[in-house]
Amino acid sequence: MSTDDDLPVIAPGKKVKKLTKNQRKARRRFLRSIAVGGGVVGASVLGFFPVTKNWTPRLRPPGAIEEKDFLAACIKCGQCVQVCPVEAILLGDLDEGFGVGVPYIVARDQACDFSCDAVQCVLACPTEALTHKIDKKEQVRMGFARVARPKNCLAVAAKPFKGLARGPDYPGLLRYTEIDRWNPQAVATHEYDRTVCDLCVKECPIPGAINLEPLYEDPSRYGWVPAINKTCVGCGVCEMICPVEPAVIVIEERKTWEDM
Amino acid sequence: MSILSSLAVMLGAAPPTADPKRQTEAAREMHAFKRTADQRKERAEKLRHERDLARSHKWRNWRWLSIVAVNMIFVLSYQFDVQLVEGALTASRVIGFHFADLNSALQVMLAHKKILINLVIGTVTVFVLWWFLGGRSFCSWACPYHLVAEWAESLHLALRRRKWIKDYELHRGTRAVLYVLFALAAFVTGYTVFEAISPVGILSRAIIYGPGLALIWVAGLLVWEIFVSRRAWCRYICPIGITYAFVGAISPVRIQYDMTECLHEGDCRKVCLVPHVLEMTKMGYADDVKVGIGSDCTRCGLCVDVCPTNSLLFHVKGMDKLL
Repeated sequence: MSTDDDLPVIAPGKKVKKLTKNQRKARRRFLRSIAVGGGVVGASVLGFFPVTKNWTPRLRPPGAIEEKDFLAACIKCGQCVQVCPVEAILLGDLDEGFGVGVPYIVARDQACDFSCDAVQCVLACPTEALTHKIDKKEQVRMGFARVARPKNCLAVAAKPFKGLARGPDYPGLLRYTEIDRWNPQAVATHEYDRTVCDLCVKECPIPGAINLEPLYEDPSRYGWVPAINKTCVGCGVCEMICPVEPAVIVIEERKTWEDM
Repeated sequence: MSILSSLAVMLGAAPPTADPKRQTEAAREMHAFKRTADQRKERAEKLRHERDLARSHKWRNWRWLSIVAVNMIFVLSYQFDVQLVEGALTASRVIGFHFADLNSALQVMLAHKKILINLVIGTVTVFVLWWFLGGRSFCSWACPYHLVAEWAESLHLALRRRKWIKDYELHRGTRAVLYVLFALAAFVTGYTVFEAISPVGILSRAIIYGPGLALIWVAGLLVWEIFVSRRAWCRYICPIGITYAFVGAISPVRIQYDMTECLHEGDCRKVCLVPHVLEMTKMGYADDVKVGIGSDCTRCGLCVDVCPTNSLLFHVKGMDKLL
């Protein structure tokens, strides 16, 4: 019998079993396993913070169900990314916690312009995180447009707009139905010439969602402000096309007419 | 090995030791024969020659090709818009048919608490596919993390040979505990908690949609595997492995061990990701002359490549009866 198996008496009445080499090894392995397991769970739990603290509020693709359900239902496969004809959809990164791999849209860079007509991303979604209950662009409720910087608006100052909306290097695409019904065109190839800037109204894909309202009753004074109406779906085309930097109109994600 | 005992070993139980009571008559006779002095001498002689054998990499090469091909189909199909395979490894459409990774689908259903018809279709398709191919063969024949982890492992082993590092093993039961914890986390919080750190989803999406910050996590895991713990993610952590191990427990395609020619030198256990499934290759352990390898086996074929006597081979259950 090895001395390892002896039971030395440390304090009166208190027997402590000395562990064998193998037992000590097993115990270290056990503690190590708990530490690593805890570390892995801890790393995954960090994903809570960006989500619950709303660090990265995101405009979700058309048909996205309520945010918490959306994060649960989304299987993070990116099929919506693949079918979007204007490549508006991006996938969340590490800084979004549980939003890793979840699709979103940055309207200013590339808005959803419904080039696909029948909301292809919704049809592509295998888990109904983008709900199949909608099949027309008018039914979409991604958010709601808000005139955030009216002071900068060209229409408010009754100014014209001539030239490229976002400059020659802007990579964004937009469907110009009068040019090509089926293929979205580069915004950088499309020259505008408007006596009063109304790009947001002109390019809005939803009938009646936005219009210019006169600011003054006095007929000798000129000035208009974009007014957002109930039918706005929050697609973000107005935010994308606004030629002022930063954009006068922004999309408030997940807001509706009732919230505003 | 019974299915239950194979599942228990997969979930972390120690593999069964040699027990003549469990063994068939033929197995006992062969064990006794192999213990004779003549046989020992013959094996020792063969082992001396074994050093000079050129090791095949046949199955490994096929497997690497498979992993690259599977992941490249996603990329090419997207880049050239041929719509052959859309999506990522977590969920996809293959020529229009829904496919869903079983573990991702499980996480989504637990978190979302709804039965989604497309997900059920995708799950059934993938279940049948991987049931036939052998469950964890997903790991070694499709998973992109497996491939980079294999390369990290060769670095780890090179450092070990120089005695610069040592392998800090974990208890294999860790993976089973984490499996339950991640399932509970998804159900209780309503978020797909595991998906946030799954290197399989992260890598698959990075390959298809371009790299992101999330690759830092994957790189961290690889560094840990190179310097601290050999193949730690696949061995001790990944719940995807458990999901597919359950599926593969009753698969027709598996590795079969035939002890007749085995030299019991244990090279197979040295290269194996899950060496506990090869416990029966130890002298006197096998319950029968031919034994199917347990459910944790990824069918990677490294043991088949390394075995000097072809005692480990791919086998399709029932095939020998058919032929």
